[in-house]
Parts: sequence; C-alpha cells; structure tokens
Amino acid sequence: MADIAFLLLVFFLMVTTIDTEKGILRQLPPPLPDDPDIPDVRQRNVFEVLVNANNNLLVEGEYMKVKNLKDAAVKFLIADGVFTELGENENLPLREWVRQADVKAQIDQLEQRLAAATSEDKKKPINKAIEDWEKKLGAIEFFGEYKELPGSALISMQNDNNTNYDTYIQVQNELESAVNELRDQLCLDKFGITYTELSKTYDRLKNDEEASAIYKKQLYAVRAVYPQRISEAEPKNLGQY
Amino acid sequence: MSKFTKKKKNRMQAISTASLPDIVFMLLFFFMLVTVLRSDEPLVEVKPPSASELTTIEQKNLIKYINVGPPSDKKERARRGDASMIQLNDSFATVEDIQDYVAFERETMNEADQKKMIMSLKVDKSTKMGIVSAIKQELRQASALKILYATSERKRTGSES
Repeated sequence: MADIAFLLLVFFLMVTTIDTEKGILRQLPPPLPDDPDIPDVRQRNVFEVLVNANNNLLVEGEYMKVKNLKDAAVKFLIADGVFTELGENENLPLREWVRQADVKAQIDQLEQRLAAATSEDKKKPINKAIEDWEKKLGAIEFFGEYKELPGSALISMQNDNNTNYDTYIQVQNELESAVNELRDQLCLDKFGITYTELSKTYDRLKNDEEASAIYKKQLYAVRAVYPQRISEAEPKNLGQY
Repeated sequence: MSKFTKKKKNRMQAISTASLPDIVFMLLFFFMLVTVLRSDEPLVEVKPPSASELTTIEQKNLIKYINVGPPSDKKERARRGDASMIQLNDSFATVEDIQDYVAFERETMNEADQKKMIMSLKVDKSTKMGIVSAIKQELRQASALKILYATSERKRTGSES
C-alpha cells in the first residue's frame, strides 16, 4: 500500500507544473509630453508594418502573410551587407561602415570632453556616449569592422483597434525573431553557441562578475551589430472597444 | 476456580499500527488534491497566444498581473457578453481602475523593487487590440513601463529542429 502511495505521490510531483512566467518582454515608452517633436525619418529607413481590423498585414505597402514577415524583416536589417558590400537598394536603408580608427578617435575626443566637464550632470551623458562607442569597439574586436544601421532606421508597427491580440503577438514575435535569428547566426559563426544560449549563460553567471565578463562582452558586441529597434506607433482612436 | 482467573485478567488489546502510514498518505493526497496554489480565482478565461522569442522571469515577486479575457462563468457571460473583460485581483475592473491598481501594488512592494516591477499581461487570444492599447496607455501614465505579454512557447517560424 505504501509503495502504491509513493508511486502516486511521485506521479503527481512529475505531472504538476507550477506556472512559469514566460512571455515577450517589452519596455513601453514614457508618456509623451504635450508637444512631441516628431523626428524626420526617411522613408527608406523605416520598415512599416500595418495590421488592419481583419488581421491582414501590409508590409512596406504590400500584402503579406505572417509567416513571410520574418524573412522580409531580415532582408531589411541586413539590406546592403553587414561585413561586406552587397550593393545598395533604393528602398532599403544604407548601412554605414564603423571603422576602428574613427571609433577610437571618437572615444578620445569624448574623454577629453569628460576631463573638461565640471559637474556630474554634464559627465553623465558623456559617459554614456563613451560606453556606446566602446560597445562598438568591442564588436570590432570580435567580428572585424562592420556596417551599422543608420540611427534612424527602425521597424515600425501600427495596428487597428479591432486587430486580434493573437495577430498582434504573432507580428511582434516575428519581428523579434528576425533580429534574434541574425544574432544567432553571428554567434554560431564566431562563438559556436547561439545567442539564446549565450544570453542564458550570461544570466546564470551574472552575479559573478569575473566569470561573466567575457559573455557580457560578447553579448554587447552582438547587440551592437544587430540592435533591436521595434517601435509601435501611437494607437489612434482609444476608448472604443 | 483457578481456570477462570485468566479470563478475568482482561488486558487491553494493542491496536495494530500497520495501517497508519496508509492513513497518513490518504490524508496527504486529500490535501494535495484539494489545495489550490493560486490565491486569486480567475474570473476571466485566458488562452494565451504562442510565441517563440520568450523571456523567462525568475523573480516572481516583481510580477503583477492583469488578466484580460472573456468571462469564464456562463452566467456572467450571458450577462456581459463574450467581449474581453479586465480582471484585477479578484474582481472585474475597467480601464480607469488600472492606474490605481498599479499605484496600490507598487506600495506593497519594498522600495528597492518598485522600479523593477513588471506588469504581466495575461490576455486571451481573441481579445481585440483596442482594450490592450487602452491598458498600455494607462500603464504608461502610471509609469509602469516594463510589461510582459504572457505567452505559451512554440518553435520559431521556419525552423525544423
């Protein structure tokens, strides 16, 4: 009898799943000021995804199925080549070379400004800028000189108020998987593990600064080459649902 | 008369304890089966969409929930319709309640964690985006900017392995 009870106990222990918190993590933009200044973005630098009330997708002015969205986004992200020249396409963004000498010159310049800065308030943005450039320098160390997306390039998504939540999540997921797939490829080529595994390893070792330093460098380098830029347009008519 | 003396010595029979473990186990199972881990009763039915690019949150104490979906109770559904409703804590709520809810939940956390608060949106597949957008706007106003769209897991599109 006790054996049977133990069997049952073990069985229930195995099949019971305690809810794990998994999902797509997103950072919302802070509330807009009353008079937002809208940056001027060139058409070729925006990958526009519209979803209508019937859950149809309009991507860059063309009808598309969700399953094809990832490939289209990948095409946009690596437009004219990342490490090599693939040739310019008029409708896609033009990547710019990041040269080691330029980056070093920029860092030197910023460090001079940092030394000259008097107050903490002034030092903060300069420090952040230096950090950004150093990430690029790190990426060059790992992968060689590469081309980066222009600063204004982004993936923009807008949906209707009657769009299904499921479709919305699928679109968000596909856009994110485009970036992650590129990162995975690059990681596999250079480090022998996928980006997903790399970030998991880093998460596990995060508390041990020494052990995680190398993974942190690699992560930042990959992120510098393939930044995630998904923006959501302000929904238009709120309140009706 | 000596042959009756034995009978008079009426000693108490010891109860066998062999079945005690069984009783304990039965009790254990009874409590295991009737105990519900979740403290808040779900009032809405949430079938989350599936996605492949997932983040796992380890620190559950940072997560606060907003459930959105059609009412799970049949009577409730007949009364309110199939449209998605918002559930905060143990009751139905409207979009206007969200800012108060966020402020209240934030107060219950310790100060160091307040900035790390993550709002988990458990939203049913069939929900229309209008209500989700409205919730997001409220969360922005309440400066609860970290959100998690709770989803189930699936493979990435186009990958075989």
